[in-house]
Amino acid sequence: MSSMQPNIKISCKHVWQLFGKNPKRFLQKHDYEPSFAQINEAGLIGAVRDVSFDVYEREILMIMGLSGSGKSTMLRCITQLLNPTAGEIIFDDVDLTKMPKKELMEVRRHKMGMVFQHFGLLPQRTVLENIAFPLEIQGIDQETRIKKARELVDVVGLTGRESYFPRELSGGQQQRVGIARSLAVEPDVWFLDEPFSALDPLIRKEMQDEFLRLQQMLHKSIVFVTHDFDEAVRLGDRIAIMKDGALVQIGTAEELVMSPADEYVEKFVTNAPRAKLISVRSVMGARLKTKPSASVNADAMLEDIAQQVMLSSKAHGVVDASGELVGSINKEQLVKVLF
Amino acid sequence: MTKLERTQEQQDYRQRALLHLGVAAFIIIAGMLAKGQFAWVAKYPRKWTIPLKNWIADFFEKLVYETKFFEGKAYEFVPTDVTRGFVSVMEYPLSFAENLFFKGFQDGAPMPWITFVGLAFILGHWVAGWRVSLIVGGAFLYLALFSVWQPSMDTFSLVIITVPFVFIIGLFLGIWISKSQRAEAVFTPMFDLMQSMPPFAYMVPIVVMYGIGDVPAMIATAVFAIPPVARCVALGLKTVPDNVVEAGKMMGASDRQMLWQVLVPTARKTIVVGLNQGIMQTLAMVVLASTIGASGLGSKLLNSLQKLNLGEALEQGLAIVVIAVALDRISAAYAARPPEYIDKSLSWVKRHPYLVIAGMFTIVSILLSFMFPALRVLPDEMTVTTAPMWNAGIDWVNANLYESVQGFRNFVLIDVLIPIKTFFLAIPWPTFVGLIALLGYRMGGWKLALIVTLLILFPLTVGLWKQTMITVYMIGTASLVCIILGFPIGLLASKSERASRVVILMCDFFQTFPSFIYLIPVIMLFKVSDISAIIAVLAFALVPMIRYTNLGLRNVPEGTREAAVQLGASPWQRLIKVELPIALPEIMLGINQVIFMALFMVAITALIGTQDLGNEINRAKSGNHTGKALVAGFCIAFLGIIADRIITAWTRERKSKLGLT
Ligand SMILES: Nc1ncnc2c1ncn2[C@@H]1O[C@H](COP(=O)(O)OP(=O)(O)O)[C@@H](O)[C@H]1O
Ligand SMILES: [Mg+2]
Repeated sequence: MSSMQPNIKISCKHVWQLFGKNPKRFLQKHDYEPSFAQINEAGLIGAVRDVSFDVYEREILMIMGLSGSGKSTMLRCITQLLNPTAGEIIFDDVDLTKMPKKELMEVRRHKMGMVFQHFGLLPQRTVLENIAFPLEIQGIDQETRIKKARELVDVVGLTGRESYFPRELSGGQQQRVGIARSLAVEPDVWFLDEPFSALDPLIRKEMQDEFLRLQQMLHKSIVFVTHDFDEAVRLGDRIAIMKDGALVQIGTAEELVMSPADEYVEKFVTNAPRAKLISVRSVMGARLKTKPSASVNADAMLEDIAQQVMLSSKAHGVVDASGELVGSINKEQLVKVLF
Repeated sequence: MTKLERTQEQQDYRQRALLHLGVAAFIIIAGMLAKGQFAWVAKYPRKWTIPLKNWIADFFEKLVYETKFFEGKAYEFVPTDVTRGFVSVMEYPLSFAENLFFKGFQDGAPMPWITFVGLAFILGHWVAGWRVSLIVGGAFLYLALFSVWQPSMDTFSLVIITVPFVFIIGLFLGIWISKSQRAEAVFTPMFDLMQSMPPFAYMVPIVVMYGIGDVPAMIATAVFAIPPVARCVALGLKTVPDNVVEAGKMMGASDRQMLWQVLVPTARKTIVVGLNQGIMQTLAMVVLASTIGASGLGSKLLNSLQKLNLGEALEQGLAIVVIAVALDRISAAYAARPPEYIDKSLSWVKRHPYLVIAGMFTIVSILLSFMFPALRVLPDEMTVTTAPMWNAGIDWVNANLYESVQGFRNFVLIDVLIPIKTFFLAIPWPTFVGLIALLGYRMGGWKLALIVTLLILFPLTVGLWKQTMITVYMIGTASLVCIILGFPIGLLASKSERASRVVILMCDFFQTFPSFIYLIPVIMLFKVSDISAIIAVLAFALVPMIRYTNLGLRNVPEGTREAAVQLGASPWQRLIKVELPIALPEIMLGINQVIFMALFMVAITALIGTQDLGNEINRAKSGNHTGKALVAGFCIAFLGIIADRIITAWTRERKSKLGLT
């Protein structure tokens, strides 16, 4: 990530979503800081509890957590499919929670796209008609929307299946339709709720690659929900970890691996491919007095320099992008973080 | 399981059961003792009754004859002006259909039968290919050949005009119910009542308001047929997957777009099932509606029955079945029809091949019918009738079987039915009410106990207790026989694919028979008596018992069945210990249906003379006594609702215990 401060696309501030009777009154009574136990005692479900985070422009933010931890609910609060019990969702500097229905409809029509775990396709429409549907909702003429839909069919690799019905497609193909449909309106922000969880592992891998390829083309701001840590690591720029409705930690994979906030996070990161995630910069030691004979790049991943450092008995120097010497790294330091 | 292992919960359950049994015993014994002591226990005193029927009658009297709006003004009108006006408006589409199908427009001829039959073939093929085409086309060909073309087209006109109204009203009510909880809370009990009330009961006020004829018959039909349509629509809309709804919202669909472009198309299959139900209900009702002036097959059938012309009655009944089968198949096939891809770049003719063929066929067949008049109206000598054959058969049965049937009839009547009836009539009313309340409490707690108690007190307070108890005896006996006969048939069907197919076909067939038909053989053999009524009920209500038993046993998970086999259970043990307990909730739903159908039939059997609530309605109907008819109708409806609430509560608990929900 560059050192420049990124622009904020969406900012979630103290978002609460409680299910049950009179949740608003309950929150007020407890001064907007009830404990988990108090919520349960009152017979409410604390699906999202006081969650705040920002989504930067053009980043992929992963929301990660066990099933039931409130990921989908959080996502639905952002998109206003659920009106949060309390809190603000600032989208392009406007609070969505207070937006009139009409305006919200317009925002959804032009700025948001969403992909669902179980696809949510309309069974009586063909692939092409499903993809063109959001444009139909906007009242765009048939010729334009069919043309656009055809382009998207090609983008997601379904060429030749335009006139198939959802039931005639495999799960992976149905999700391709879901993806194409969500992109039809060229949204600014793309929401995905466990889009690949219903798919077989091999197909899932293929779809993940496809997703990365698309993002390289499109550069959207993305909120992606998953319960699979490997997927989060593979796809995400940053990962937000949720537990029992609360945000436990948010950061890059490297930050999570290097300093997990608690045991819950630690459990996820133990099996993570550390060498792939940790950069030289975060393990290096102080600059050596003597000039090193060899040096490595500070932003390289340990995986890339491990062999070179392990085979040498002497410490390596670390240089940053401009070639200036910023630290050193040796065998012992590597062994400590990797094993 | 040994005593030691028995869990606390099971012990509680046992204790509760014992307690309830004790209370039941107390209610029975106390009732018996009190019966001798107090006259009001033995017989509900007349002065405690409420003259509800008179109030209702007065209300209608006032409404119809005495209320005037804008009295003295030039535009003064009475309510009947409105209702009769409505009738005359509705007569337009109806008479159009009648002219088109069988009367002929001024000077012109109606649609030739050959055109109609040919279009039926084409429509069937368009919807679902050759099989359905042959069934539908064949059905109408049958009507033409068997000399029932004219009354059939008369009935068909009524159906084809009624169904769209029923469907549109049902659709909008269904949409409303699916959207508003308040609407649901209002309409659900209303539909329960409309569906469990015998149609004859509400025909009386309809006649008072709208007169006699085809249009009042349409209105009565709509009352009968709208609830299932609305229920299906609401169910379909509510079960659209959340995902699809959310996808629609995320696209920014407006409320209207959401409804018409997302929800309704996605729920299309269930909605068309509703349409199918509406058609079947309409046909079922068309026959009953002949008693308030609907012309066509129903009135012909009623006529034949009254003249004891059974052969013709049977033929007319079959014609109704044939129309029902044709409409049922075509609407069911339409529901199951997968969406079809139409290449929009093709020319109009290429995109609508069926329309083009149908249009060409219409022109050609009409031209041909001018050349060959037999293609327009089939002359009588070219039609077939089977009535003489049936009549001969019936004569033979009468001549040869009458004696033995009489013996059987007397035995059943004297040694079985009369004792049961006497027993029911001897139950003191406080005992019966107490037992119903207890049952309600055991199955669904205080709330249910309160509901069923109020419902059972209704017939008592309006002074129809005796008729109600006779009805209870009739449907009780008939339902019991249904269960005893239906269970083994359903069991058999569940064990073999072939048997199942045959049984389901039979069930379909019997269910489309107009209910009147069951009276024919019964009157023939058993004359007018309780036994005829019970047998007619039986023939009509057996179907759901068989269906649900078969379904319930088939739904037992294969894994559970295999586990039982693995444990070495004999087929008998397997059935009793494993399959039956799992299938029981489903079977109970079947029994629930049996009770409803029995109650429906009770009102119809009154046509052949019984002393129950059905007869009460029948008498009220001939005297146009709205109050009497509605009150007796409510009594029947409430009996049905009591049974329904108790059985549903039981099934729900049972299912959640088995983890089936
Ligand atoms: N509409 C709802 N009503 C009541 N509870 C709900 C509702 N939606 C979700 N929940 C509860 O909120 C919690 C979080 O659910 P969800 O956000 O779906 O979790 P995740 O997506 O992480 O699996 C769960 O305990 C779930 O049962
Ligand atoms: Mg989820």
